[in-house]
Amino acid sequence: MMRNRFLVVLIVAAVVSGVSLAVDRVTAQQAAVQSTAQAYRAPRTPDGKPNLNGIWQTMNTANWNIEAHPAGPSPVRDLGASGAVPAGLGIVEGGEIPYLPAARKKQQENYANRLKLDPEIKCYLPGVPRSTYQGMPFQIIQSTKHIMLIHEFAGAVRTIYMAEQTEAPADSWMGWSNGRWEGETLVVDTKGFNDLSWFDRAGNFHSDALHVVERFTPRSAETITYEATIEDPKVFSRPWKMSMPLYKHVERNAQILEFRCVEFVEDLLYGHLRKQPAK
Amino acid sequence: MKRIALGAVAVVLLATVVPSAQTKAYKAPRTPDGQPDLQGFWTNSTYTPLERPDGVTKAFYTPEEAEAAIKRAVQRESAQTEPGTTADVHYDFSQFGLDRSQSLFVRNLRTSLIVDPANGKIPPLTEEGKRRTAQRDAEQKKLGGRWDSAESNQLDDRCLIMAGPGPPMMDAGYNSNYQIVQSAGAVMILTEMIHDVRIVTLDPSTSSGSPRAESRGDGRMLVDPRLRQWMGVSRGRWEGETLVVETTNFNGKNPFRGSDENLKVIERFTRVADDTIEYKFTIDDPTMWTRPWSAESAMKKTVGPIFEHACHEGNFGLYNTLVGARLEEKRAAEDALKKGSK
Repeated sequence: MMRNRFLVVLIVAAVVSGVSLAVDRVTAQQAAVQSTAQAYRAPRTPDGKPNLNGIWQTMNTANWNIEAHPAGPSPVRDLGASGAVPAGLGIVEGGEIPYLPAARKKQQENYANRLKLDPEIKCYLPGVPRSTYQGMPFQIIQSTKHIMLIHEFAGAVRTIYMAEQTEAPADSWMGWSNGRWEGETLVVDTKGFNDLSWFDRAGNFHSDALHVVERFTPRSAETITYEATIEDPKVFSRPWKMSMPLYKHVERNAQILEFRCVEFVEDLLYGHLRKQPAK
Repeated sequence: MKRIALGAVAVVLLATVVPSAQTKAYKAPRTPDGQPDLQGFWTNSTYTPLERPDGVTKAFYTPEEAEAAIKRAVQRESAQTEPGTTADVHYDFSQFGLDRSQSLFVRNLRTSLIVDPANGKIPPLTEEGKRRTAQRDAEQKKLGGRWDSAESNQLDDRCLIMAGPGPPMMDAGYNSNYQIVQSAGAVMILTEMIHDVRIVTLDPSTSSGSPRAESRGDGRMLVDPRLRQWMGVSRGRWEGETLVVETTNFNGKNPFRGSDENLKVIERFTRVADDTIEYKFTIDDPTMWTRPWSAESAMKKTVGPIFEHACHEGNFGLYNTLVGARLEEKRAAEDALKKGSK
């Protein structure tokens, strides 16, 4: 029974992707992860929903580059090995982001000028989905009408409206999120982004037409399968998907701490405007 | 016009007389796990000053006096900028509802938010408090004039932190809006200004769903004194209908009326009506003040949602001000040079 379901998932995945063998193998692995997730039934909140409360964090190098990448030197010489880039397998399903040709060129320019351009360096709000895998923990506070995602980095916060859903009143860094439950899965639909955030430190980017659909599916007591479908016709030739596990902090004293990074970047951003001592 | 004024007086009566009678009768709705439900969107906007104004000798105004005091405060607020000036273009408080009077605000017959000491004033500083205040002033002076650098500017102009989130939570001048969301182990308070979030971890021995008395004072409630934060570290517990929150571990960089890093803030949130949370707080900083002091205010239910306040990301004000200050210095130096060569 289990094996049959796995085969069906495999076949469906193979048909949907319909490309090279290597890609099918990756998809099959991800499908296998998903079939485990579907078999797991999470504990419930008092209002009967899967309980996602807790402090979560990813364990990958996607914030350096969401595509697969080798290890590399630190972008800042003085940090030596402590600031060097760890290698990564990538989190993009199928391996490569389907950029439109001009957009790939812009990503490469972004990369070349990343020390000047990466909004993370300036302590700007990280945007979505970067906030998920930026590397710092985030807390889910789950209630019936609102689910809050509170990120340590820059105190970024997302309100997911589970009731009284509306369109984004204006564009913003973290977007405007409406959520719904599909069985075990929290599905979050986010639009209303500005075009200022990036996906990672490698200059992968989006426009203000970005539309993100995230799926949070509990796969064990202490892991969640996180998937995000990225749609942006100004930048990508088709929608694409990323996925990764989220791991729960189980330390008894785990908590989100302050990372009020504005004061860490003031000299970088405004230092050249400091009053010079009289000569 | 007269009818509006009369209406306002009626609201004052409702807001001040009824809650005290209601406190006993009213029982807050419950969350699915049985906590008193504080969730929703709230404002603590008010014209009532923290300290009693000089010359006022009583704790409560009559409704007429309260209305007159509000009227004076509204006038002061709208006079912050002069029509036709550059300052007016930037911050005309009567535009875009930046002034309090165009939105919902908490009406109060109290002449000050401070209820203890009885004179409505912050108690005197200790000798050590005086020494630290002088030291802090000297350090600020060392940073130079306000426009000399980003660091010498004010915390709110730098988009570091504003008056709203506290603790204690205070009227922020404008946008004094908050969202409260509760889960089984935590109460989250989102402040509109700079999207500051405080997560109050509930003592597992008192929060519903985890009635484990043996866990009181366990690892998750302890905080190492070396961990210091702008907003401190908040721990909460339910005492009947009241959420009691104790906050310590401040870094002292955002002093509340001169407080320092040994500050302990005790807040008490009690929902006393569908549209009102009574908010009381005690300030205890034995390094700075000769005695603890306490204040009382309220949060009124308001309409959501709260939109992202990306302050730092759009902080053209700080950048342009610094650019302007350097340009003026350059111009002054050039003028001096010209004068010298003549």
